[in-house]
Amino acid sequence: MSKILVIAEHDGTKLSQATARCVTCAAQVTGAEITVAVFAAEPAAVAAQAAALAGVAHVITITAAHNAHPLAAVLAPQVVKIAAAYTHVFGASTSFGKDLMPRVAALLGVPQISDAMAVEGAYKFKRPTYAGNALVTLEAPADRILVATVRTASFEAATGGGSAPISAVSVDAVVPTHTRFVSISAQATTDRPELTSAAKVVSGGRALASKENFELIFSLAGKIGAAVGASRAAVDAGYASNELQVGQTGKIIAPELYIAVGISGAIQHLTGIKDAKTIVAINKDPEAPIFEVSDFGLVADLFQVLPEMEKALG
Amino acid sequence: MRKILVGIKRVVDYNVRVRVKPDGSGVVTDGVKMSVNPFDEIALEEALRLRERGEAAEVIAVSIGPEDAQQQLRTALAMGADRAILIKTDAVLEPLTAAQAFLAVIVKENPDLVLVGKQAIDDDAAQTGPMIAALWDRPQATFASKVEIKGGTAVVTREVDAGLETIEVDLPAVISADLRLNEPRYVKLPDIMKAKKKTLDVIDLATLGVSAEAGLKCVLVEPPKPRAKGIMVKDVAELVDALKKKGLV
Ligand SMILES: Cc1cc2nc3c(=O)[nH]c(=O)nc-3n(C[C@H](O)[C@H](O)[C@H](O)COP(=O)(O)OP(=O)(O)OC[C@H]3O[C@@H](n4cnc5c(N)ncnc54)[C@H](O)[C@@H]3O)c2cc1C
Ligand SMILES: Cc1cc2nc3c(=O)[nH]c(=O)nc-3n(C[C@H](O)[C@H](O)[C@H](O)COP(=O)(O)OP(=O)(O)OC[C@H]3O[C@@H](n4cnc5c(N)ncnc54)[C@H](O)[C@@H]3O)c2cc1C
Repeated sequence: MSKILVIAEHDGTKLSQATARCVTCAAQVTGAEITVAVFAAEPAAVAAQAAALAGVAHVITITAAHNAHPLAAVLAPQVVKIAAAYTHVFGASTSFGKDLMPRVAALLGVPQISDAMAVEGAYKFKRPTYAGNALVTLEAPADRILVATVRTASFEAATGGGSAPISAVSVDAVVPTHTRFVSISAQATTDRPELTSAAKVVSGGRALASKENFELIFSLAGKIGAAVGASRAAVDAGYASNELQVGQTGKIIAPELYIAVGISGAIQHLTGIKDAKTIVAINKDPEAPIFEVSDFGLVADLFQVLPEMEKALG
Repeated sequence: MRKILVGIKRVVDYNVRVRVKPDGSGVVTDGVKMSVNPFDEIALEEALRLRERGEAAEVIAVSIGPEDAQQQLRTALAMGADRAILIKTDAVLEPLTAAQAFLAVIVKENPDLVLVGKQAIDDDAAQTGPMIAALWDRPQATFASKVEIKGGTAVVTREVDAGLETIEVDLPAVISADLRLNEPRYVKLPDIMKAKKKTLDVIDLATLGVSAEAGLKCVLVEPPKPRAKGIMVKDVAELVDALKKKGLV
């Protein structure tokens, strides 16, 4: 039987939706028993949210002052201690999971499967390579712990309704002091939905030409209750902040609706939106590659289209 | 700081549209343009700037790969690396193996800093940096967008999903470069000539006692399913109508 340990991702108060998606991936492993591990200074609130996820059998909490901030070098030796009792260790393929899980894998001396996008067997997973242009099915040996990160865009979030027992676990791992948290400057929290979990996303590219013009994207997004995304060119130029970048090296998303405005459709961008259900492209160049993947394409000037769209949406 | 090691991976150029082989055994790489992984150019640029600011004495470019990876190391030397090391192998390496090979070089060279890319754009694994740090038992600062050396520590700003995080790590450490760390310099012709005279050592992977055997079995490589062909709309009214019909707005 597979015993899967899922490392919870959280900000101290709220469990990330990425963890709920990880749980769904774990639940697709036949007969899996899922445990969510919460490392925190005060884990109670996050543990309660994890316990409520359908499919979770146990929640364990590892309480320590040094777990207040997610530092891979500090968390990895603790995860390794716990991992011995499990067959799999999963984390989301987010900046948190991508930082932590390879460190865990290396300490365990096992290879890692990154960005698992489909479960083909308890030790067999599919993952994208080359910006999603080649999908590779990898099989890990069944006699060793399998460490994987889960591509969150490929799995729905586990729903609520669960009531797993929560227990505190003490871990005697030597925790290094060579890595110290200084600060985090998160974007001001807004009412806008979060990019990676939003049902709708409006993204702007280089064509917006300024930070002021980029407000047009925020405005349309506000109108339809969408999150805002951006191409790398728009982020590099300073029109949008870095955490809004969508693509191979930004965020991989799978919204119901993706509206790309003034984005050419470079492969590095497309890999971030391949799983969007409906893609709308607005671009003044009829040859732009974005039209090859769009469900609805409109060849027009965005500076005319955006105000018109807002009006048409009432 | 005395020494910085920089990982230079030979990858299919980012402009190439990669095709999967019909027999599902891999992707077509014959005759395809190969380049330095773009993130590794950024890592190298950062190392060079640290040296130019007087923070480091020597920058060593390290690649693990086939004989031909010497081309990418020559590019690194032309950019300004002082010398280069090729760990030669014809095997497709997993990140854990690459990290073990790096560790062997680290033990020999004793660097104060190892700079790698946050991910290689071929396999997109994003594992090697943290794995090197784990095996070396040293700090890691991944997805760096700013690096400041302060005595025996590095203060690193990281691009995380929530925004920007700053951490402080004791040296030696491993730092992985994100896109906005810097803009790599262009190589000038005289530099290419000069690079030909710089030292490039070739070491066989086997002599480092690292096994190239893969832990994971590659069962199948396949192309993604193409998206269904979409339609072009003539104006905003038609677009909004279509979206309303689908219940999307
Ligand atoms: C290693 C690496 C990683 C990368 N990672 C990413 C990534 O994660 N995400 C990402 O997005 N990119 C990434 N890139 C960059 C990518 O290759 C492209 O350069 C980038 O996506 C281009 O952004 P863009 O479409 O906004 O700009 P452009 O390619 O310049 O496109 C602008 C588009 O706007 C259109 N346009 C101009 N004016 C108007 C107007 N008035 N109305 C309507 N349309 C107009 C133009 O026709 C054009 O198609 C990466 C590149 C590398 C090398
Ligand atoms: C078509 C295909 C077939 C595959 N077949 C197999 C298989 O048969 N068996 C198997 O086990 N795996 C296989 N793989 C998996 C693959 O070999 C590894 O996942 C990959 O080599 C390591 O990931 P990465 O290069 O993306 O490392 P990342 O961790 O993304 O690299 C990050 C950084 O580490 C440094 N770095 C990494 N590698 C090197 C290097 N060699 N030299 C210098 N610096 C480096 C660079 O600075 C780089 O920017 C296959 C993959 C593909 C796409």
